[in-house]
Amino acid sequence: MISRVPLAVIGAGPAGLAAVAEARRQDIETALLDEQMLPGGQIYRGITMADPLADPEREEILGPDYTRGRDLLLREADPGRHDFFGASVWQISSNGRIYFSRDGKADELHADRIILATGALERPMPMPGWTLPGVMGAGAGQTLLKSLGLVPEGRVVLAGSGPLLWLLTAQYLRAGVDIAALVETTPAANARAAMRYLPGLLRQRELLGQGRALLKELRQSGVQHIKKASGLAAIGDDQVRALTFKHKGMAREIPCAHLFLHTGVTPNIQITKALGLPHEWDHGQRCWRPRPSPDLPHIHLVGDGAGIVGARAAALQGRIAAMKLGDDQAALGEAEAELRQCLAARAYVDTLFAPGEEFLDPGDETIVCRCEEVTAGGIRAFAHEGCRDVNQLKAYGRPGMGPCQGRMCGLVVAEVLSRSLGTTMEDVGYFRLRWPSQPVSMDQLANFAEGEDAGL
Amino acid sequence: MPGSETSDVIIIGGGLHGLSTAIHLAKAGLRAVVLEKDHPGRHASGVNAGGVRRRGRHLAEIPLSVAAQEVWANIAEFVGDDCGFTVCGQIEIAESDDELVQQAHRVGQLRGLGYSHEQLIDRESLREIVPALSPHCLGAIWCPDDGAANPYRTTQAYYRTALSLGVQVKTAAAVGEIEQSAGLWRVRVAPGRFEAPILVNCAGAWGQQVCRMIGDDAPVEAAAPMLMITEAVEPFITPVLGAVGRPLSFKQFANGTVMIGGGQRGRAVPETNIAETRLAGMGNSARTVKALFPQLGPVQVVRCWAGIEAVMPDAIPVIGPSRAAENAFHAFGFSGHGFQLSPIVGRLLCELITEGKSSLPIDAFAIARFGNAFGELNG
Repeated sequence: MISRVPLAVIGAGPAGLAAVAEARRQDIETALLDEQMLPGGQIYRGITMADPLADPEREEILGPDYTRGRDLLLREADPGRHDFFGASVWQISSNGRIYFSRDGKADELHADRIILATGALERPMPMPGWTLPGVMGAGAGQTLLKSLGLVPEGRVVLAGSGPLLWLLTAQYLRAGVDIAALVETTPAANARAAMRYLPGLLRQRELLGQGRALLKELRQSGVQHIKKASGLAAIGDDQVRALTFKHKGMAREIPCAHLFLHTGVTPNIQITKALGLPHEWDHGQRCWRPRPSPDLPHIHLVGDGAGIVGARAAALQGRIAAMKLGDDQAALGEAEAELRQCLAARAYVDTLFAPGEEFLDPGDETIVCRCEEVTAGGIRAFAHEGCRDVNQLKAYGRPGMGPCQGRMCGLVVAEVLSRSLGTTMEDVGYFRLRWPSQPVSMDQLANFAEGEDAGL
Repeated sequence: MPGSETSDVIIIGGGLHGLSTAIHLAKAGLRAVVLEKDHPGRHASGVNAGGVRRRGRHLAEIPLSVAAQEVWANIAEFVGDDCGFTVCGQIEIAESDDELVQQAHRVGQLRGLGYSHEQLIDRESLREIVPALSPHCLGAIWCPDDGAANPYRTTQAYYRTALSLGVQVKTAAAVGEIEQSAGLWRVRVAPGRFEAPILVNCAGAWGQQVCRMIGDDAPVEAAAPMLMITEAVEPFITPVLGAVGRPLSFKQFANGTVMIGGGQRGRAVPETNIAETRLAGMGNSARTVKALFPQLGPVQVVRCWAGIEAVMPDAIPVIGPSRAAENAFHAFGFSGHGFQLSPIVGRLLCELITEGKSSLPIDAFAIARFGNAFGELNG
């Protein structure tokens, strides 16, 4: 039997949880779907797993910003009878049917309105050797820490830029990980460019305070903290052995058993692209942002999936989207003002931590599409042969056609192509994505027959 | 007209048939301009299943298909690239006694016409060729010399060859207006104006629009055939597999992924280039796959796509001169099986243009077959 609900929220991170909490407060029957087995999204992953009293060490390692998620979750979003965890959504029809897989079975749900809170993905950080075993995203490293309590054994180097890199370094230090160095790639020019947005940062004192506290913790730990590094490469034969880079004109090499890379996050647009929503290029964040469409008035976009805003603003966006379903104008106005305040520092943060050019336009030998093993040089050669957009690229060399369907490579491939052609990101576009937005088995697909998707 | 680019032939549509026509014309010494509204291979030519088959063709298509296969056998001589063509064989399975009878009748009919490319094989031979197939299958038609190619590579190879022969290919050049005066076709596109004494319509799903601009008409349905690709699995089948009783085209690639297509349609919106997949269609394909290869049930489908293709009511193309206008020719409406025919259709159009006649029979493809009935329907 197909359940029908007035509202479905997809994604149980801060934005989705806040939306569900507000909707349920208004007694709107709301379904919540998330592909993880537990609520929390990426930032609050595993937040409900451990009893804080039973595991004080975990609390201490992960820090106060993490445990704040518990308040959001336990105080506000009571578990509902329409919570679907471990539910991987792979298709949403234009008439509001949501198709998903859970426990290896396909299921569907019909919603009058859908709030998409599908969050962010780590931006790929292509460099020589980044496909070696032992190299992974800092976000992935943090996921292992939050969900399994796993920390790397052996010497660790963290490299790249962005607050998550500081945070993971601090968390690893608290957990006693052997950190050889934190190597920051934030270019000096970024700090200069960000200066004009400083007033905004100063208006968000709490964020500023968090950043300063993390940096102070790093300083006091005595961990080697290298800034303005460039020319990064991971070296090793069948396992990463060291990070090499240039610093102050010198070639450096720091041996490590694990290398964690990070250069920010970008909206996960697999679902919004497949839905056919319009997307606009955000030059500051160097990512595509989905936009609402009058053709799909029942689809609402909140949180990092609609453009990177951070956890607190994401939660406000989620709450506001659900408030708009009710009629408490005063409360809505207050929340909107709070959201504006919460976004005051955004331009500063985006500008300071903008990805370095070497990770947007890597050298010829560097692999950009990992699934199909296409190099940056390969993309440039296709541009030279006459390829003009990323969808045409598939014809030339199959980037974006492997199992990840461009989740990993989409932005980098487009950046390399647009630079090579001297055109804009709008000109080269983004991969056309179609349902299913996630792999689905034949067994599950075989359950769907004619007449079940008339709205498509 | 001042500001116009003049050539011998204007070809509308930069898919395989348009490019093939341009290549043959250029080799015959004529200057051709190809006007393509998107880019070469954006639609049916570039995103089809890549089947290079004579198997199961409409009787009228067989002479063309057989001639095309001779070109495919040495496709690099035509377009300088092997186009990923492999002779893996094409097989059409029968699952009931009725279907076996149908197949025997078909092969007998072809024998009578002098064709031997389709062979009947029994259950044991079928089992040898496709051991993974469900045991309920009773026999098959087998075309060992048929195969498959890579549509992307093929389109690119045609495009490069056309350019190397001096063909002008204008991309992002959607046709706005067409008029004929003083023996010249004048075509206006967004980036300019073109003039030539001869016009060729290879506009695929947009073929009817071009027809109407020159006084012809043909009932073209813009369809969106769907294809699915699985994750990579151990190699288990070599030939391209179809079935008498099911819409299916099934092929495993060298990288282990399996492509499933054939007949299932998505939703096409030709005005906006949109081709959407349909869940029910994916479901139908999945049930077919499970019926024939039950072991594939747990295998993941990682990608699904659809492309816009012109389908005619009788499922064979329009090839030949315009009915209404002088010095205009058509080749569109290939109804899901034009890929293999592309080397030959361009040659026949070139013959029509340069010699006034085709070396192979094309009467069955005349636009006039929709003539009066269709004209009446349109008032």
